[in-house]
Amino acid sequence: MNNNANPLAKRRYVIAAAAVMIVLVYLAQLFKLQLMSPQYREYADSNAFLRRTLYPARGAIYDRNGKLLVYNRPTYDVMMVVREMKQFDTLDFCRTLNIDMERFYSLNADMRDRRKNPGYSSYTPQLFMTQLNVEEYGLLQEKLYKFPGIYIQSRTERQYNYPNMGLILGYIAEVDKNKMAADPYYVRGDYVGKSGIELSHEEDLRGEKGVEILLRDAHGRVQGKYEDGAHDKAPVSGKDLTLGIDIDLQAYGEKLMHNKVGSIVMIDPKTGEILCMVSAPAYDPVLLTGKSFSANYRQLESNPFKPLFNRAIAGTYPPGSTFKPTQGLIFLQEGILTPETRYACYGGYPPLGGRPGCHSHASPLSIQYALTTSCNSFFCYGLNAMLSNRSKYATVGAAFDVWRDHMVDMGFGYPLGVDLPSEKRGFIPNSKFYTNVFKTERWNAHNIISIAIGQGEILATPLQIANLGAMIANRGYYYTPHVVKERKGAALEATYTTRHDSGINREYLDITVKGMADAVTMGTCRGINLAPFVEVCGKTGTAENPHGDDHSLFMGFAPKDDPQVAIAVIVENGRFGATNAVPIARLMMQKFFRGEIPESDQWLETTIMKREILPYVYTRNLPAVKSPDN
Amino acid sequence: MIYQGSNEIEEKGKVDKPTVIFYLVFVLLGWLNIYAASFDLENATGLFDLSSRAGMQLIWMGTSFLLAFVLLKIDTAFYETYAFLFYLAGILLLVVTLLVAEEINGSRSWLIIGPVRLQPAEFMKFIIALTLARVFNSYSFHLMERKNLWLVSAVILLPVILVIAQSETGTALVYLSFILVLYREGLPGGFLFMGIAAILYFVLGIRFSDQQMGALSEGEFVTVILIIIFSAAMIWNYIKRRDTFFTLLLSAAAVFLLAFVASFFTPHVDWGIVAITALSYTALYLLFHFFRYGKRTYLYIFLFLIGSFAFLESVEYVFYDVLQPHQQMRIKVTLGMEQDLSGAGYHVGQSKIAIGSGGLTGKGFLNGTQTKLKYVPEQDTDFIFCTIGEEHGFIGSSVVLLLMMFFVLRLLRLAERQTTVFGRTYGYGVAGVFLFHMIVNIGMVIGIMPVIGIPLPFFSYGGSSLWGFTILLFIFLRIDKSRKRS
Repeated sequence: MNNNANPLAKRRYVIAAAAVMIVLVYLAQLFKLQLMSPQYREYADSNAFLRRTLYPARGAIYDRNGKLLVYNRPTYDVMMVVREMKQFDTLDFCRTLNIDMERFYSLNADMRDRRKNPGYSSYTPQLFMTQLNVEEYGLLQEKLYKFPGIYIQSRTERQYNYPNMGLILGYIAEVDKNKMAADPYYVRGDYVGKSGIELSHEEDLRGEKGVEILLRDAHGRVQGKYEDGAHDKAPVSGKDLTLGIDIDLQAYGEKLMHNKVGSIVMIDPKTGEILCMVSAPAYDPVLLTGKSFSANYRQLESNPFKPLFNRAIAGTYPPGSTFKPTQGLIFLQEGILTPETRYACYGGYPPLGGRPGCHSHASPLSIQYALTTSCNSFFCYGLNAMLSNRSKYATVGAAFDVWRDHMVDMGFGYPLGVDLPSEKRGFIPNSKFYTNVFKTERWNAHNIISIAIGQGEILATPLQIANLGAMIANRGYYYTPHVVKERKGAALEATYTTRHDSGINREYLDITVKGMADAVTMGTCRGINLAPFVEVCGKTGTAENPHGDDHSLFMGFAPKDDPQVAIAVIVENGRFGATNAVPIARLMMQKFFRGEIPESDQWLETTIMKREILPYVYTRNLPAVKSPDN
Repeated sequence: MIYQGSNEIEEKGKVDKPTVIFYLVFVLLGWLNIYAASFDLENATGLFDLSSRAGMQLIWMGTSFLLAFVLLKIDTAFYETYAFLFYLAGILLLVVTLLVAEEINGSRSWLIIGPVRLQPAEFMKFIIALTLARVFNSYSFHLMERKNLWLVSAVILLPVILVIAQSETGTALVYLSFILVLYREGLPGGFLFMGIAAILYFVLGIRFSDQQMGALSEGEFVTVILIIIFSAAMIWNYIKRRDTFFTLLLSAAAVFLLAFVASFFTPHVDWGIVAITALSYTALYLLFHFFRYGKRTYLYIFLFLIGSFAFLESVEYVFYDVLQPHQQMRIKVTLGMEQDLSGAGYHVGQSKIAIGSGGLTGKGFLNGTQTKLKYVPEQDTDFIFCTIGEEHGFIGSSVVLLLMMFFVLRLLRLAERQTTVFGRTYGYGVAGVFLFHMIVNIGMVIGIMPVIGIPLPFFSYGGSSLWGFTILLFIFLRIDKSRKRS
């Protein structure tokens, strides 16, 4: 072989070695791509499988009489698959959507910002813009072929039949990133309940999203269902809810509270269903839907009267004299008083030199009459008798904690557990609290005497006060108040069907009821006397308010026997209970029992509706030093 | 020698069986993968359906086998005798094509005669190989004679120019693979080295052209250091003076060291100027040695240095002002400078996704979504390797890659056992073409090479390319069959 001698023959090794080296490099690259890079599998799947979310209809909401309150209306979202986008006429796109270029870029930036949109991927449809109306939708649909990578997704938007109870119904809005992080069910662009029932019953209302897996080719054309839909999941519609609320009563309450700040709560004592829950000022729920959501929300949020604040469950007030029945019940139950025990009142509480003051009524008086006349001194005597009773209680602290436990059993001091978000607990102090305040365990009833008349540290929500009415109406027990009466296809949670006992004997409650009945017929709240049509029992309250005029309160129920409704009314800065709270409660009772206002009361209705009691928002008054009334 | 020791006994007159088996396996696998790649989810057609790509490929396969059979019957002398005539005819055909062809997909390379569509450029591969073999086989031919170098260059470059004119840049590049033949037949390694150096300068110069280091870009800075090292290495290699090599390298390094020390005292050290200083020093050093010792090699190295720097300085100009935007983009994507997911990068991206999603064992025959749903472009021609990678995974794709490698090694072995220069040079031409196709095609699909549209031999769909490769291979097998044995 002649080329054996040829030194050039060695070059074949150089060539072969180069070929082998290159193949080794390629093998390494194949190894890296195929075995070390699992993301390619995901990319390929997200290429080929179009996971189309099937959105369930959100549950509708009805009032207690079956009147439709909330339902859905279709709206359209613009979705974008960035990777599929080609050059297109952005200007035309913007004109179609009725946005300017600046907005286009900011929407685009928002969509791609992983802080705002953690689930961003250029391979899957991402929310670009929400809530096209039908007209814009039609325009875009027509031109869709010009805009590769753009899709339209239909959604539903909440729609309302009544302009009432925005705070109770709540609103829905696009899910925020915290919620998305907490619950993988949600992706960007999903709507989620943000307040009210929409929030507290989110899981009932939202239903279950479905998914449809489609095969999609490089041009975005759907090539049929993946494995004939074997992996698809149908959406499950949200549950319809029926409320205990009577929309007519609610609407009427909101009307009465117009231009006032405060709350009306009415409860069916037999079930705990909330019949109406007015928080004034109220707002129309439709304000928080659609494109003007943000603008309206900002306005509501910056309104000095805080319309987004549900006073019925989150407003805490000194309950004033509406608190007195609880005191009588505790003293009777603890054997501190008997129904016959009488105390003398001299226009004030004598041991403290006539403070707190009282007004003129027959004296000495028993518990029943003390409730009727709302005698301050009587309850001060009672509290003092209980807290200084060393034969029954070892210390003042022990006595006070017994007192406190009774208060908690009657529904104060903790959230009642209504099915609405952000309910407040109010405040019922315990002995430790006062030990801390006075820096000694040796404090006595006279140090804290104002709590006997619902002032001082005591705070309660209107709901707790109405619930007290329900408890007395039931002669000793209550059901946790709740707005949702029925969930379609599911039972009500057990907490709303469980009876809570106050631990007070029935006989003492009978006495309390008598006192409250007398208060209506001959005592402090004669303004709500509807006899003989219906026997109302009630208790007024006037709560001292360091920021302005006293708050006007009323708590009651009716009819006296077989009660059907318990009520609490609070009018901030409404002064005497009898001035505003009582007439409003009267009109609500009329509306509740008759369905309309009798002619004889129409002058009252007109007067109340016209009345404007708005607090000084910008210039706060100095604390008014005033003795509580009644 | 390992490959053709005199004790190796080949049965006289037999066709090389391993190569034929490689060929048959490749064609068959190619056919199955074409079926898989062009499989339509909605209207599935059978393997033998003539309306489908797979069915058509079956026709190309049948005719190719026929062609192979005929080629094996033709005497070797025929190819030797008529090589130049083939060349003349081939060039003429290319010119005619250029003149009459209509534009298809941006190139004027298709000749349409009735129902038959042919790409003459595909057939030019075996013609050039034959012609080169014929040239090298001439009596007392020495490659390094100037006249011969011109002749060989002309044989290769004339079709290159014509095919570039047809806008088939990829195929034109394939013709450059014949440099392998030249290398085997005595082209000095320095030429290849310069070629590799030029590519290196280009890649570095472009890839790191966006970061400045004083007067030079980062890429230029690194390349200047490379030029100094190359120059020193040439002193070692050609002049064989280690002391000079070390003196040069160390004194050049001292320039950088000085600058480094200086950088502690003044913040204004311009590293670009430092590198240029070191380079100038090296140049002067070489010139000094040339004048002192009168050795011309020093002058050549000096010229290499100057030429390298000039080339480097022109790279950016060439890249940005001579290359077309889409070519710039392809190179940038390959160098990882641009993502461009919608343009040039899209195809490579999708192709990598297809291969990467195959995993170890692949998704199974006909289950590849990337290719079926047409995410990968040209999925049954240039990007056919994607289908293999996606449906048969790492195992499938590496087996095919290794088979290809062994096939080329086999061809090299056959080439070396030829007893005539004609046979050997033709064999090297064949091996070079297949090697080039394999490296460029698979390299492109797996994202290592820029996108250059050339087929994967025997796998890619297409009559012209299958015929072309069959002819190329089987002429060689015929030559091998009739070689003289000792």
